[in-house]
Amino acid sequence: MIYSEKVMDHFANPRNVGEIEDADGVGEVGNAKCGDIMKMYLKIDNGIITDVKFKTFGCGAAVATSSMATELIKGKPVEEAVKLSNKAVIEALDGLPPAKLHCSVLAEQATKAALSDYYRRNGIDPEPIVGKIEDCEDCESCGI
Amino acid sequence: MEKRFVYADNAATTQVSQSVLNAMLPMFTEGFGNASSIYKLGMDAAKTVLASRERVANALGAKVNEIYFTAGGSESDNWAIKGAAENGAKKGKKHIITTAVEHHAVLHTCEYLEKHGFEVTYLPVDEYGRVTAEQVANAIREDTCLVTIMFANNEIGTIMPIKEIGAVCHEKKVIFHTDAVQAVGHVNINVKEMNIDMLSLSGHKLHAPKGVGALYIRTGITLPNLIAGGAQERGKRAGTENVPGIVGLAQAITDACKDIDEKNAKLSAKRDRLIEGILKIPQTRLNGHPTQRLAGNANISIRGVEGESMLLMLDLNGICASSGSACTSGSLDPSHVLLAIGLPHEIAHGSLRLSFDEDVTDEDIDYILDVVPNVVARLRAMSPLWERICKTENLNPDGTPKE
Repeated sequence: MIYSEKVMDHFANPRNVGEIEDADGVGEVGNAKCGDIMKMYLKIDNGIITDVKFKTFGCGAAVATSSMATELIKGKPVEEAVKLSNKAVIEALDGLPPAKLHCSVLAEQATKAALSDYYRRNGIDPEPIVGKIEDCEDCESCGI
Repeated sequence: MEKRFVYADNAATTQVSQSVLNAMLPMFTEGFGNASSIYKLGMDAAKTVLASRERVANALGAKVNEIYFTAGGSESDNWAIKGAAENGAKKGKKHIITTAVEHHAVLHTCEYLEKHGFEVTYLPVDEYGRVTAEQVANAIREDTCLVTIMFANNEIGTIMPIKEIGAVCHEKKVIFHTDAVQAVGHVNINVKEMNIDMLSLSGHKLHAPKGVGALYIRTGITLPNLIAGGAQERGKRAGTENVPGIVGLAQAITDACKDIDEKNAKLSAKRDRLIEGILKIPQTRLNGHPTQRLAGNANISIRGVEGESMLLMLDLNGICASSGSACTSGSLDPSHVLLAIGLPHEIAHGSLRLSFDEDVTDEDIDYILDVVPNVVARLRAMSPLWERICKTENLNPDGTPKE
């Protein structure tokens, strides 16, 4: 298996690791059984993601995709962040090995879970905007 | 501590030793003849193959005509198991006994046979990864054609009670095969004394090159031919002999079987120091048997971290190691061996295997003991799982219990 240089860079020097104590949205996806858990914290001011942090338990690709996802949404309006796709994360990392594609799905789901939390805290039903966050157990990508 | 390169994955493969390389090199150039040719160059190659076969036989306490060269451990396993199954089926015996912790070369071969009408009993193992001879005795039936149980486990290093299992099989007149890929050259083996009917071995686990191995088949057992063609390997496995590989294997096994006890005493002392050192990290556990294990094997589970990221981080520090996490197994499930010894998924994902040869130095061990705690601390600091463990079990961030 080969990781791209970008993946290795984001693994060795992950961006935005940590927590935000007074976060405006927090999302966690994955489970210990599958060996991947991602937790994302968002700070949102006037609809703009001003800060984002993550914590990940998982493989190199799980760390790298979380790191890249935070980079891709930092400074962006929430409406744009909602559109973050796993494909964008894969592209930004110059590709992922086939067995690791599910990590990119998890990064997308973590972002969406944190945004959903933000919407809920503001009294907005997130599902029409963010979509349904699939339970990890049902994630088809895991079969990849 | 100054960064250094430490290869701690000898259970995966080994470096070809200088002694092996020296023995092999002339076979590529001067000694390149086909062992089937009648002129001197060919006959010399045939003599070299014969001498190599003798050396391999001597290392195992076998007779020279009981050794068949193959392309490696997986091929030997496939041949032994499928061959014994085919023979068994002719007598209406279609039951095979193995264990839950075998190498995939054995497990997947057994699964293949299940699809072809065989019944396979996968014996469960104890918390250390062992089965007993009694378990085997109880599982043997009238229609059992083969017992195949590994000599030593590739992941956790646990050594099975092979001699006792062999005795039970002989008593019940069932053929006993052992996958000894991890054991040959690391454990004293005598196929006659240990009641072994067939034994698989691989060159690249003992400083010979990849692509060469052997299968010991006791006189009296006739396996179906593996590859049809010429008369090589007494017609059982056709194909021009890999003379350099065979010479390398013979040299490697001769070197490895010299002073095994003395080498193991030194190696296991270093290994034990490493294990003690890593177990000082809170929330860690040793996998495999504390004493009945390969001298060069250490396997430890570290809670709250995932194996692959540990390996990548160790690699950034110059250390090559292995893990039983799902991410390194290419599937969603962590190692079947770690699950079979009763570890929950979460702990199996965080396993670290370090496997050494006798060249490992005290400085290498010191270096690993310096690096591993830092890597664990770094990964735990970014692990939401670790955060949860600390919260629910009232632990400090370093894993020590809160006052």
